[in-house]
Amino acid sequence: MLHTTGGYWDAVAWIVAFIVIAVVVYIIRGLGRRDFRKDSAEPFFSGVELPTEKTHVKASNIYWGFTDSLKGYYSIMKKMHDGIINNYIAWFIAISVLLFFVVFLPEVIP
Amino acid sequence: MIWNIPFITVIVLIAVGLYAVLFKRNLIKIAVGITIIESGVNLFLITLGYRKGGVAPIYTNLPPNVEIPKGMVLPVPQALTLTSIVIGVAVLALILSFTMKIYEHYKSLDSHIVRRLKE
Amino acid sequence: MNLIQQMPAILIGMPLIAAFLTPIIDRVNKKIRNGFVIVVLILEEIFMITLAWHVFTNGIAIYTMGASNPSIVPLQAAVPIRIVLEIDGMSAFMGLISATVCLAAGIYSISFIKEGNGKGKYYTLLLIMLVGMLGMEFTGDLFNLFVFLEILSITSCALIAYRNWYGDAVEGAFKYMVVSNIAALFVLFAIGLLYSRYDLLNIAAISKIMEYGSLEKIALVLLVSAFAMKCGAVPMHFWAPDSYTVAPAPITAILVSASQASLYALFRTCFSLYGNLMDYHSIGIVLILFGLLSMFIGVTMALPQKDIKRLMAYHAVSQTGYMLLGVGVGLYLLGSSNFNTYGVKAMEGGIFHIINHAMYKGLLFLTAGAIFYRLKTRNLNEMGGLAHTMKFTSIFFIIGALAIAGIPPFNGFASKLLIYEACYKVNPILSIIAMLVSILTLASFVKVFHSAFMGPKLHDVEEAPKSLLIGMGILTFVIILFGLFPGWVVNNIVHPAVTALANRIDYINAVMGG
Repeated sequence: MLHTTGGYWDAVAWIVAFIVIAVVVYIIRGLGRRDFRKDSAEPFFSGVELPTEKTHVKASNIYWGFTDSLKGYYSIMKKMHDGIINNYIAWFIAISVLLFFVVFLPEVIP
Repeated sequence: MIWNIPFITVIVLIAVGLYAVLFKRNLIKIAVGITIIESGVNLFLITLGYRKGGVAPIYTNLPPNVEIPKGMVLPVPQALTLTSIVIGVAVLALILSFTMKIYEHYKSLDSHIVRRLKE
Repeated sequence: MNLIQQMPAILIGMPLIAAFLTPIIDRVNKKIRNGFVIVVLILEEIFMITLAWHVFTNGIAIYTMGASNPSIVPLQAAVPIRIVLEIDGMSAFMGLISATVCLAAGIYSISFIKEGNGKGKYYTLLLIMLVGMLGMEFTGDLFNLFVFLEILSITSCALIAYRNWYGDAVEGAFKYMVVSNIAALFVLFAIGLLYSRYDLLNIAAISKIMEYGSLEKIALVLLVSAFAMKCGAVPMHFWAPDSYTVAPAPITAILVSASQASLYALFRTCFSLYGNLMDYHSIGIVLILFGLLSMFIGVTMALPQKDIKRLMAYHAVSQTGYMLLGVGVGLYLLGSSNFNTYGVKAMEGGIFHIINHAMYKGLLFLTAGAIFYRLKTRNLNEMGGLAHTMKFTSIFFIIGALAIAGIPPFNGFASKLLIYEACYKVNPILSIIAMLVSILTLASFVKVFHSAFMGPKLHDVEEAPKSLLIGMGILTFVIILFGLFPGWVVNNIVHPAVTALANRIDYINAVMGG
């Protein structure tokens, strides 16, 4: 059992609860209609015939909406990750200088 | 004042090296810049151990009238520098061999062209 | 002679000797060479567990190089002479991670590394990488730390460029080399500054007599920024995706724990070298900011990636943020009365996350390598339907993906829960950002799972070879074990590491003797 700040976490108890709930769900599912067959109801596809060939959504099409709505953010990020080694070092030096100010400012401004 | 000259040289060397790494686009010049920074740091280490008029810290071979241990230079920074130089040689050899391989694949040594890995 | 007393030197020395024996055995027989490397790695793991157990029960272990009684440091006028290895709870904890990941990666490499004409040297470099990591984690000497840091970065660069018939592999290695070498030179400069002030190189000895003046401040800035860059904190993380992407998969798994060795050095600098001497409030806030930026920018950059290993590499950056956040909160609260209540919990979460991350991110990189082994591509757009044939690989991938996204009952959930609850006490916004990042992590792994494993059968591939499966299986076993018994792990492994970091005085007294 893992004690956290606000309570505790016990993985074994969670798994037992998960199995119990799964069994209950399975029993409730068993109480449903017995005459249901897979081909008796087709999924609704905007009123169009279901496509028969097998399709696969390519990776670059997934989350298109997310990246498109955050276009401004991603264009900045792409500019940042430009792959030029000189800029990598420039960022490092810039952060060192910033840290320098963080450490020395309390001395200058009491 | 005269004793500060090595420290000023250290700062100048590191600044020149950083300038090369930051603003030079040729990969070999970046490698040279790293070597210059390394020389600066090595010079810094060796300067730390120096004592004015100090002799080599070998007890069995001391000249007469040498104060022990005030009159001897510090041996530890020299050992550090030696190690650092050896590491620097390995690093330089590896970087230059990478540069050679990069030229084989990209036909260029410009850091603005050698960036297939980005975004 | 007490064997456990000699263990630190054996742990560093044995793989070093084995590394240089490997090319000779390679000339004789390739199979014997593979067996030899695996035996060395298994012995290393067993010795590491023994030493870690000893440290967790009996406290800090000291090894003085070349002394007649290695447990006692010879002091001369309060100056420890000779190189001292100091293994406290944190060092032993990090050593366990390195040894386990190297074992899994070593077994994985047997079938994975088929091309190239330097396979004997590949194992040599792999073993020296292990030496570099263990050395960084065990040493109590600043200059020794620098030497092992350089050993680690040189060997990892050589291994990143192992497949030098691809142009991008050499490019990634070059970038990592430049970046890590400049960071290492900054570290050396900082060590020189500290040496000029105290004429000492031992961490404990310097820490004992340190006064927090200007020179020490400059050294602190150089050390913190250099180690933060080496562990891949945003905005100094650019090298991480580049080099993780192109390295062979087992090497990428080791690189994750190699950058965690730098994270260890960062924590060691902050807690043991400076500790409550410095302005730990502002440095704590700096670490928290690094953590937040790393988490957020890492995960948002991971979402649109098309290269499977580059996507995972950005997640490695993002997960490092959790560790920086947890330990940063601990550092921020250091010395206050809240430290003993939720400061410790935050640090436990951060440190527990280190081992969890090394296991599941190592596993995910290994599954990506298994896909690359069969398909010869890393592009997610060209994948699809792999779960039809690569059943074990997809199960391992699901376990790794659920663990990294923090889904119960896997180990990622336990450490993230500790971080969320403790950070909530400091500032609710920290926890909210951490949870948002966790959701985005799940989203991007759903993307990978869908595009690589689901869908119609596009490729006629077989399951990955046995050695790949064994390598992945070891890490999966650890993930499930840690997921089921997080309480035991936190109490017996993580808590000693946290107390070792927090109690600077114990670290000093172990060397300087009260």
